[in-house]
Amino acid sequence: MDTTLRVNHLRVEYPAPSEPGGVKLAVNDLSFEVRRGEVFGFLGPNGAGKTTTMNVLLGYVNATGGSAELFGVDVRQPIARQRIGYLPELTYYYRFLTAEELLRFYARIFGLNHHTASRRIDELLKLVELDGVRRRPIRTYSKGMQQRVGLAQALINDPDLLLLDEPTSGLDPIGRMKVREIIQRLQQQGKTVFFSSHELGEVETVCNRVAILHQGCVQEQGHVSDLVAKYQCDLEQVFLKVVGYPSPPRHE
Amino acid sequence: MNRVFAVAAVVIRELIRRKDFYVLFVLTAAITLLMGSITFFNEDDIARYVKEICLLLIWLATLVIAVTTAGRQLPAEKESRTIFPLLAKPISRTEVLAGKFLGCWLAVGITLIVFYLFFGVISLAREHELPLVNYLQAVWLHWLMLGIVAALALLGSLLMTPAANLSIVILAVIGIWTVGEFLNRVAAKAGGVSGWLIYAVYYAIPHLEIFDIRERIIHGWEPVPWGAVILASGYALVYMAMLLAAAALLFRRKPLT
Repeated sequence: MDTTLRVNHLRVEYPAPSEPGGVKLAVNDLSFEVRRGEVFGFLGPNGAGKTTTMNVLLGYVNATGGSAELFGVDVRQPIARQRIGYLPELTYYYRFLTAEELLRFYARIFGLNHHTASRRIDELLKLVELDGVRRRPIRTYSKGMQQRVGLAQALINDPDLLLLDEPTSGLDPIGRMKVREIIQRLQQQGKTVFFSSHELGEVETVCNRVAILHQGCVQEQGHVSDLVAKYQCDLEQVFLKVVGYPSPPRHE
Repeated sequence: MNRVFAVAAVVIRELIRRKDFYVLFVLTAAITLLMGSITFFNEDDIARYVKEICLLLIWLATLVIAVTTAGRQLPAEKESRTIFPLLAKPISRTEVLAGKFLGCWLAVGITLIVFYLFFGVISLAREHELPLVNYLQAVWLHWLMLGIVAALALLGSLLMTPAANLSIVILAVIGIWTVGEFLNRVAAKAGGVSGWLIYAVYYAIPHLEIFDIRERIIHGWEPVPWGAVILASGYALVYMAMLLAAAALLFRRKPLT
């Protein structure tokens, strides 16, 4: 199987005057791979290093050591992001633009021609059910609608790898179901999904493999079914055991 | 290059949808028309007086538009966090910066055309003639000058808070515009180390006063020789390139998180 995403001995330090040595180690010797066609769950408690790793993959932060590649290209090269879609946890879009203008802007960044961009915009606005309000400024949208614009922009280039940062956070149950359906549909199309989330039930439903991070290192990784069999419990209990949180007493 | 143009188009769209430009244009027009209605000089003096006031207001209004538009681009991207989905696309920070600059410069160019059209109408109504070559040279040189100002404001936005950047760039531009050309005389008088320092400042600053040909329009003098216009254009482009290169270096190293 081809490797879509590879992180190799990644190390990220931040300047932190209050810490001993003046630096904070956010990620330490992190290694994992995501193969083509997988839905990969990237799990960990707050402060485990998930966001930092995501920031390195998206080129926002340079690694102190090690390497990260998307489709075999170093993430520091902008071209590494040509075949990815990214959905941030919260929606951050130009509020003075309409959904259609925003998608056209991002389509131009990806180098799509006018005809292809128009077709993709029509398809995506229908998919996320914003076709009827496509010419309204984003500032007039509800939070759920803005999240759906986010999903549409993440898919504008028909990406081969989708990076999702807490994609269902802040969505109502219908919104969550929609996102789950889209992830499953992308998987059926052979796309790869890299998925950071705290919603372990959802992760268990949609992910093939997971990596569990704690204190900047991968503590456990593997197929969801293998981990559940190994620890003899559901993914939530696996997660708690791996991060060293004492399990609640069982009531027989 | 398409990515740079895409970013620039969003900057222009933003300026069109914001109210700043319309407010400044209405203010400029209102003050000019008010001044034009006062009749305590003879006919020739009134025409010159109205043109002088109108051009001064145009210079001030477009300076404010250039500095505020360019100065807020990168801080606003960071504050609203729109920079994150943008940089998650195949675009480099240098391309984002170039697009922001191009957008600001083109947007300021559009406002300049609107302002000078108004000035042309006022001037034509008062003097019944329109020295087109002088006007075209004035718009072109003014636009080049605002390109330097926009590049300076973009660079400043990477070094200072938006409020400090706005104040310092406007003060610096007005300072250079009004006293920049006299600094060499001050240096000659000062002598010694301070004299050398003032000379260093004199040669380092962009001399914005060379782009100001308002007097030629007000008094109906001959147009500037085209050779001088070409030299001034080269001079402006070199300063813009230097300021943008410095901004690109800073922006590439600036942490976003």
